[in-house]
Amino acid sequence: MDLNGDLVLRDLRKEFGDFVAVDSINLTIAQGSFFALLGPSGCGKTTTLRMIAGLETPTSGQVLIGGTDITHTKPHQRPVNTVFQSYALFPHMDIFENVAFGLRRRGVGNVEKQVMDTLELVQLAHLARRKPGQLSGGQQQRIALARAIVNRPAVLLLDEPLGALDLKLRRQMQIELKRIQTEVGLTFVHVTHDQEEAMSMADTIAVMNHGVVEQLGGPLDLYERPVTHYVANFLGQSNTFEGTVASRDGEFARLATADGEFSVTSAQSSGTLAMGVRPEKLEIAETTGNTVPPTANQVRGTVTDAAFTGVSTQYVVRLRSGKEVTVFEQNLLFGRRAQVGDEVTLYWDARHSFALPASAAHAAAADGS
Amino acid sequence: MAEASAVGSRSRTPYLLLLPGMAWLAVFFVVPLVSLLMQSVQTPLPGGLPGQYEQTFRFANFVDVLSRTEFLGALGRSFLFALLATVAALLIAYPLAYAIALRAGRAKPLFLVLVVAPFFVSFVLRTIAWRQILGAEGPVVGALQALHLVPSNFSIYPSSLAVIAGLTYNFLPFMTLPIYASLDRMDTRLIEAAQDLYSSSWTAFRKVTLPISMPGVVAGTLLTFIPASGDYINAQLLGNATTTMVGNVVDSRFLVNSDYPTASVLSFTLMAIILAMVFVYVRRAGTEELV
Amino acid sequence: MSGWWSRNVLRIYAVLALGYLLLPVAYTLAFSFNQAGKSNLIWKGFTLSAWQGICDAPDVCAAVRNSLLVGMLATLIATVLGTMIAFALGRHQFRGRSTTNLLIFLPMATPEVVLGSSLLALFVNMGGGLLGFPAVLLAHVMFCISFVVVTVKARIASLDPRLEEAARDLYADERQTFMKVTLPLVMPGIAAAALLAFSLSFDDVIITNFNSGSNFTTFPKFIWTSSLRGIPPQANVIASLMFAVALAVVVVGQINAARRAKGLIA
Ligand SMILES: Nc1ncnc2c1ncn2[C@@H]1O[C@H](COP(=O)(O)OP(=O)(O)OP(=O)(O)O)[C@@H](O)[C@H]1O
Ligand SMILES: [Mg+2]
Repeated sequence: MDLNGDLVLRDLRKEFGDFVAVDSINLTIAQGSFFALLGPSGCGKTTTLRMIAGLETPTSGQVLIGGTDITHTKPHQRPVNTVFQSYALFPHMDIFENVAFGLRRRGVGNVEKQVMDTLELVQLAHLARRKPGQLSGGQQQRIALARAIVNRPAVLLLDEPLGALDLKLRRQMQIELKRIQTEVGLTFVHVTHDQEEAMSMADTIAVMNHGVVEQLGGPLDLYERPVTHYVANFLGQSNTFEGTVASRDGEFARLATADGEFSVTSAQSSGTLAMGVRPEKLEIAETTGNTVPPTANQVRGTVTDAAFTGVSTQYVVRLRSGKEVTVFEQNLLFGRRAQVGDEVTLYWDARHSFALPASAAHAAAADGS
Repeated sequence: MAEASAVGSRSRTPYLLLLPGMAWLAVFFVVPLVSLLMQSVQTPLPGGLPGQYEQTFRFANFVDVLSRTEFLGALGRSFLFALLATVAALLIAYPLAYAIALRAGRAKPLFLVLVVAPFFVSFVLRTIAWRQILGAEGPVVGALQALHLVPSNFSIYPSSLAVIAGLTYNFLPFMTLPIYASLDRMDTRLIEAAQDLYSSSWTAFRKVTLPISMPGVVAGTLLTFIPASGDYINAQLLGNATTTMVGNVVDSRFLVNSDYPTASVLSFTLMAIILAMVFVYVRRAGTEELV
Repeated sequence: MSGWWSRNVLRIYAVLALGYLLLPVAYTLAFSFNQAGKSNLIWKGFTLSAWQGICDAPDVCAAVRNSLLVGMLATLIATVLGTMIAFALGRHQFRGRSTTNLLIFLPMATPEVVLGSSLLALFVNMGGGLLGFPAVLLAHVMFCISFVVVTVKARIASLDPRLEEAARDLYADERQTFMKVTLPLVMPGIAAAALLAFSLSFDDVIITNFNSGSNFTTFPKFIWTSSLRGIPPQANVIASLMFAVALAVVVVGQINAARRAKGLIA
């Protein structure tokens, strides 16, 4: 089947008995894009990939490539290949034959050259005649990659393809992957636990949780404007404050919290709301020596912990309400450092705070009062 | 397995795969059992030759046969000898299987080959060798006599003890291999973890190793007990008239006396008791998956 | 107890137990060199005569030929039929699975004397015309099938289903997936099952005794019937040779398996 075009998942759902593994997700993945699927263990990433590959029959919904419905097409008839989470290399064939497997099944010519070129690409051409059992975990992973890529499928599904590699090899393979993807123009759907990997490689990221897509967007978008608590804390860290909207100030809502009033970008003019801010956006007035700009959000607290991590110093500051917030401060050679026990003022540009729905517990408490 | 069902459900393939083999078992296992049952309720043809019977559905044959002490004795001895042989084989095989699975190191394949090796010498010849070993001129009796532990006319063969020893020996590999297999599959880090937690290696063995090897023990005891209870080669070669097992009776009634109904009653009774015991045992041991 | 003792007591035990297992084998071998008279139970002196005239004892070589013939045919048929059942059980969903499992299990839970006598009952009811080679072959296939199913099924169950999925993902249709991936991976299990079936058939006395009639003799039946009159030392020679051949087959198989585990050969 020669198909090209966008990969579309329409209301795709998978139940195992009573358990809903994938809960009616809708996604459009543009042809030639690098799409990352991010989420905690057991959230349904592998199941989603398996439905795209045709290895799992969806309970309902459709899979389309370029407008053609392939939901009920057999796996071997789909222009889709998978790099399995567990590699699944054929133990009775050598590396060369593993990589050649798909080409031979389709009866294409020039197998030898294509296989060796692909093995060069993953830097394992010298191991062509070994058996999978004689390779290290990382080498097996690269062979699994080669075995899929060599077919140049319309969609390549990668289920944590770099999980077993050391950091250096991992970075190298990330660059290679990205290069292959842009050169050949394949659509990549890449499952990973590594948020840095997702953010550095993907055009679009979907964050999944409990079988649903919580948020979809570009890496910057997802990081700067997370729309749920889950996304805010899964991608990087966040300090969150719960409160009630007291008044409005232009584009901002003024949020009254146990630690004072803050401005947050939101259209809401009443009711409960939560606000998040990334630790690296917070500044400590005493160490920067700057005066707090009048429009900035600010709050006072006591330093309870200071940890030097090289690139930055991580402070934990306890606020009046007892809430602890995390602050990352870049290490500048001559800057003053705050000490444990210091009273400090934290401030940040109001545009850096993002609105989140109030947590259920807080909303209930606000209702009761 | 979702993918297996995707391949196989709603298809005729599994039935086509099953058909020839299951048909074979139906014709040459199930039908013969029915024949056996039919034969057990036949009576001699009036005025016929010996060995000629008619189908009269005389179920009282069972009562007649099973009320004769010689037959009951043979049945009882079969189960007693098989039970003692199974216990003895378990006691010998467990440490052996344990040693091979967990202590043999690189000699493991060699040890395994040696465990199955006796299979390749004919069952009857192996048993006859025991007759020589345990006989009056054999090394065992000779050693006992040299130590003045037994009188000079002493002999172990023929005796019940010799029969049980022969059964124990002949089915020992059937006991050893399943136990070995279950111990070999075990993750040895489990024992280390258990020793770490329980600190005494005996407790670790009882709480971890033994339960894990239970499926092997169940399979091994079945694979020993079942053939041992039906065996008559050992009783014939290593015993005498007082050690007759039910297999001997079935064999001679069928092949020598042409007394088909009696032989069938005994054969059928043996199978019924064994199947009942096996199902109770498998339930109690909690392993549905056999071998 | 010293450390050496507690470390090695199990190993010493294992060596002693193996010695016990091999003692009758040694006896069998030793008495193949005996200057046997009518019976071969007492040591009379060393000779090579039995080894030099293996077929001199009447009927012994014909019995071996019969055993080999029955063994090979029964192995072939039982392995094919049993493997098919194992694939149905291991790779398909169907109604009647528990009945199938029960029917596979029952022949293994039935003593040979019952299997043999019930088959005899059947063949006698049919007029007795099949007794002899046909009855023995039919019976051997029957009791081998269950062991083949169990052995091959275990191998299929230990296969990683991801491997077959990977093949389907890589453009192999169902037939190609089976031929290129499933079957090669199950092959060691099928080979083990065939070996098991052959050794069960080749060493069977009881079922053969019941169903071979008076004119058809296998090697175990030959030994059994001649044990009353006296077994010729040629039987010991043949048993020793069988032992050597089987040992060689198993050892080569083990070495191959070990090398395959290290991935050195296909
Ligand atoms: N065949 C199955 N039968 C029943 N439940 C299943 C099956 N396959 C997956 N699940 C369940 O569905 C959920 C999603 O599984 P999935 O493999 O998609 O997770 P994942 O997001 O890939 O996790 P990980 O990051 O750990 O690989 C899990 O809770 C899992 O237990
Ligand atoms: Mg997964």
